[in-house]
Amino acid sequence: MARMDRASKLLLHAATEAWTQSGWQACENLPLVLGTTGGGMNLGEAVYRQAIAAPLSRRSQASRVIHYQPPRQAIDLMEAFGFSGPVTIIANACASGANAIGHAWELIRFGRAERVLAGGYEGLSQLIFSGFDSLQALSPTVCRPFDAQRDGLALGEGAAVLTLETLESAARRNAVILGEIVGYGAVTDSHHLTQPHPQGDAALAAMNAACASAGLTAQSIGYVNAHGTGTPLNDSAEAAALNRWAGARATTLPVSSTKSSVGHLLGAAGAVEVVICLMSLCGRWLPPTSTLQTKEAACTFPVLRKAVDAKIEYALTNSFGFGGANASVIVRRWS
Amino acid sequence: MSGIVVKGFGAVSPAGWGAEALLNACRRGESAPFKEVACPGYKNPLKARFVPVASPKSAFTAHPRLRRTSPIAQFAVGAALEALGPDTPLIQNGARRLGIVYCSTSGCVNFSRRFYDETLKDASTASPVIFPETVFNAPSSHLGALLGSQGINYTIVGDQGTFLQGLALAADWLEADRVESCLVIGAEELDWLIAEAFDLFHRNKPISEGAGALHLAKRAPGGPAVNLQAVTQPQFFSTRADRRAAAERARKELGPQAEGDLLCDGIQGVPRLDRDEQQAWSGWGGERWSPKALLGEGFMAGAAWQCVAAVAALSSGLCDNATVSVLGFNQQAIAARFGKS
Repeated sequence: MARMDRASKLLLHAATEAWTQSGWQACENLPLVLGTTGGGMNLGEAVYRQAIAAPLSRRSQASRVIHYQPPRQAIDLMEAFGFSGPVTIIANACASGANAIGHAWELIRFGRAERVLAGGYEGLSQLIFSGFDSLQALSPTVCRPFDAQRDGLALGEGAAVLTLETLESAARRNAVILGEIVGYGAVTDSHHLTQPHPQGDAALAAMNAACASAGLTAQSIGYVNAHGTGTPLNDSAEAAALNRWAGARATTLPVSSTKSSVGHLLGAAGAVEVVICLMSLCGRWLPPTSTLQTKEAACTFPVLRKAVDAKIEYALTNSFGFGGANASVIVRRWS
Repeated sequence: MSGIVVKGFGAVSPAGWGAEALLNACRRGESAPFKEVACPGYKNPLKARFVPVASPKSAFTAHPRLRRTSPIAQFAVGAALEALGPDTPLIQNGARRLGIVYCSTSGCVNFSRRFYDETLKDASTASPVIFPETVFNAPSSHLGALLGSQGINYTIVGDQGTFLQGLALAADWLEADRVESCLVIGAEELDWLIAEAFDLFHRNKPISEGAGALHLAKRAPGGPAVNLQAVTQPQFFSTRADRRAAAERARKELGPQAEGDLLCDGIQGVPRLDRDEQQAWSGWGGERWSPKALLGEGFMAGAAWQCVAAVAALSSGLCDNATVSVLGFNQQAIAARFGKS
């Protein structure tokens, strides 16, 4: 553990919770799908600082180089739980976590695997913090997604891991099923490297693709966990996309951004927000945009200000990233 | 997987821009020259094999998204456009749904180092132009923008074997009709920080840079084609598992050697590095090419060069089948077979 990067420790913590809860046992040929943007960036930064400050000192550098790499973090995870199998690490910026969950679901859906361990993880680092600051994307006040006065995002860090398996596999084990993933869409926004299309074309396409794979329409969705970063450009584009996607349903469709409470977890965000949707479905409540004061006029949908009780069947979560990576995942309450 | 064909291939390597330069280097056994990499504080510079400057300059660099990109993006786009060839307009006018699987080990390390250096010196003036280029998926995003593609686009990171995983992923997307064709690209760029990091493990062994790309599609009626016949399961190894045993499992899973089979392996000419793969693939009865021994350790680009060399040899009638063996540094052994139909 001492050699691990902070991101690896967060990943291991989340995986332990998921593994223990699921009752899975050590095994072979269990695919692992992870999403991250920075991997062990803190160790990478340490390599550079030492290379500059003490160029001829190689002390600890090899260990840092090894543990900086995402495959090493995956191996640490597999060794911790005693399983092996193919590893896929998706680095689609802030959509990585959602892509990882969606890709894992597709592996099962298309019969490539019976079970998959999947999730996203991210540790804060100087480079990432400085990067978002350089783009003037960080809020100097409070992150307020979908607020008329919103002025930026708040960075966060963390991890979420899911144990996904076929219904048959879960039934054989008499497993407690927490929910079902029923839809996934992934598309690319080629408008700009860091800015979404103003009308949310790709976000709309991702939600439509997720609905198509689930055999659903927006009418069936009971809650949207928005990407909702709190930046002026993201939230206006996502609002436009949600308005277009939901149509008349928009006026009654509950939407919130949990980034108001936990921050933007970058490569972990999509996975964490799938978990939030699952908890909401299981617990029959919807989470709020906790910092909202004055709703952005472009939002025709209700933005939840407080947690509310709700009995819904389907929730959709959006994740959008640099490079135009757009992903939507739909989860269903298990009953 | 026999219904998946290779529609095109492209490469950017220390041998030059274009798959032909790579093929010629492999056929003639020509090693690419070394250049020095100045590392801060080092008396003796490290050596590496760089991609030569494109002459004339590639036309795509005039695209607004590609004017100020890092070398890795330019290598990736160069190889991808060569692989797409005459199909490029079909993607650009929306007549074909393209998927992109972009694979890298180190990513945009050049801009990442520069941006972090600026951050350490004065974070308040660190460049917002550089930071977005540091994300792993920047090159694939630029490629998608250049092609006007809205299709699924994954950037996957890992050791060298990840490129072959990318081929299998593309085949899955094609078989599920998620896309009508799919580019699989492997790319890396050189930087003193990477050269120094590699030197920690393998003293005085030069690394290199570049990209390779394959354009895959479902088989269409008529005409001979190079097809992707098989990609093995990734054979995982770790500090606790045997690296050579993983390579042996990959070879066994691929099945017996085919008639007129060319092996494009990952041998580099460094006994300590090569031992496991040499032993796992010993007794190979046919011709054997080792692109990385000529061009250097290009990480993900190196695995892509192996595949491009295999497909180029098939297309040129130099062999009837071609096998690729990749034994990654720290994750997996994996193999693939290409053939003619």
